[in-house]
Amino acid sequence: MNTREQQQFEYLLRLGDSDLILGQRLSAWLGHAPVLEEEMATGNVALDLVGQARSWLSLAGELEAQGRDADRLAYFRDAFDYRNVLITERPNGDYAYTIMRQFLFDAYHYPLLQQLSGSAHEGIREVAAKSVKEVEYHVRRSSEWVIRMGDGTQESHQRIQAALDDLWMYTGEMLTPDDVDDALLEAGVGADLEQVAWSWHDRVRAVTEEATLTLPDESWMQQGGKQGRHTEHLGYILAEMQHLPRSYPDARW
Amino acid sequence: MVASEAQIREWLTQVTDPEIPVLTIEDLGILRDVRHGKDGVTVTITPTYSGCPAMMAIRMEIVRALREQGVERVRVEEVLSPAWTTDWLSQDGRAKLLAYGIAPPAGKAQRKSALFGEPDTVACPQCGSERTSRTSEFGSTACKAMYRCEDCLEPFDYFKCI
Repeated sequence: MNTREQQQFEYLLRLGDSDLILGQRLSAWLGHAPVLEEEMATGNVALDLVGQARSWLSLAGELEAQGRDADRLAYFRDAFDYRNVLITERPNGDYAYTIMRQFLFDAYHYPLLQQLSGSAHEGIREVAAKSVKEVEYHVRRSSEWVIRMGDGTQESHQRIQAALDDLWMYTGEMLTPDDVDDALLEAGVGADLEQVAWSWHDRVRAVTEEATLTLPDESWMQQGGKQGRHTEHLGYILAEMQHLPRSYPDARW
Repeated sequence: MVASEAQIREWLTQVTDPEIPVLTIEDLGILRDVRHGKDGVTVTITPTYSGCPAMMAIRMEIVRALREQGVERVRVEEVLSPAWTTDWLSQDGRAKLLAYGIAPPAGKAQRKSALFGEPDTVACPQCGSERTSRTSEFGSTACKAMYRCEDCLEPFDYFKCI
């Protein structure tokens, strides 16, 4: 791959890995969600995200042209080769924590996909146009829950405020462009993260205000997921997710 | 003998959505194209949702249905663009859904500009009442939401607009 292709490959991994890791995290709620409706909603969102991950990773594999398909990329890479944003690997915590993590990611994911629906790259355009319709439902649900919990009981308010405070330092990475983001934006292929950030701030401000939550002060932000520097949690997620195909590499359904 | 495309489409009416077996893939709008060339039949389908787990079963059913009619060489291609929309659900399909107890999508699948759009008015498939409320926007499959009728008190599925 030349430099331009290498950057596109990195970009596709970021899109795919963030979807995959969050989808995997959400799947762990199956059988444990607080109410049946939420059990199904969480499962549905996880399914959408894993499906989208498959589309992005397939594109990455085609571009790389080394014979790696979506499954190969998902199951046979180690943590340092993963490019998901750090917020997606945060542990599920209580349900307020899961909902707040989802909301902060959805509020970024939705405008990101809107932008990518106009990408100069045909494959990216197609996957984004498909995914944005699904994510519109995700962001509406997570926004509703943030409001319901924030403006709910004292207990729910306290829990979701604590989640917001804890997750805040993982939000900067999503909205801060690096060399790869800049190069793809310039080529008309990638999203303009400055505009994504505007949209994210607007939504986060409006929803948290209605939820009677207090936004944390500007503080130091974590970075590194997009470059392959992860928290200790990712290794455990991969160990569980990759166990079967690594132990039985030829296993088929 | 070379079968016509119309004949192949007729044979494919046997292939239904495994999760909503009253709908054929044509009713659902996921059958996008049928071509018959020298190297066999190519059937093009599109997924309803990115993670729709029914796609694998549908691919297998397409091959099986055509093999039964003596078409040996069948290729199933998946395309993402243009993205599937509930606007492609046929009139026939909508009537079948209603008879099956699932409320068909109300209105067009246009982008909602407001953060929380007013929910669509969805009529109860059992009693027809429009006094219904949404229990959850996510249901037993990716394409459905859960509703409840305030008059006959029955819970029901709604095929949501996308």
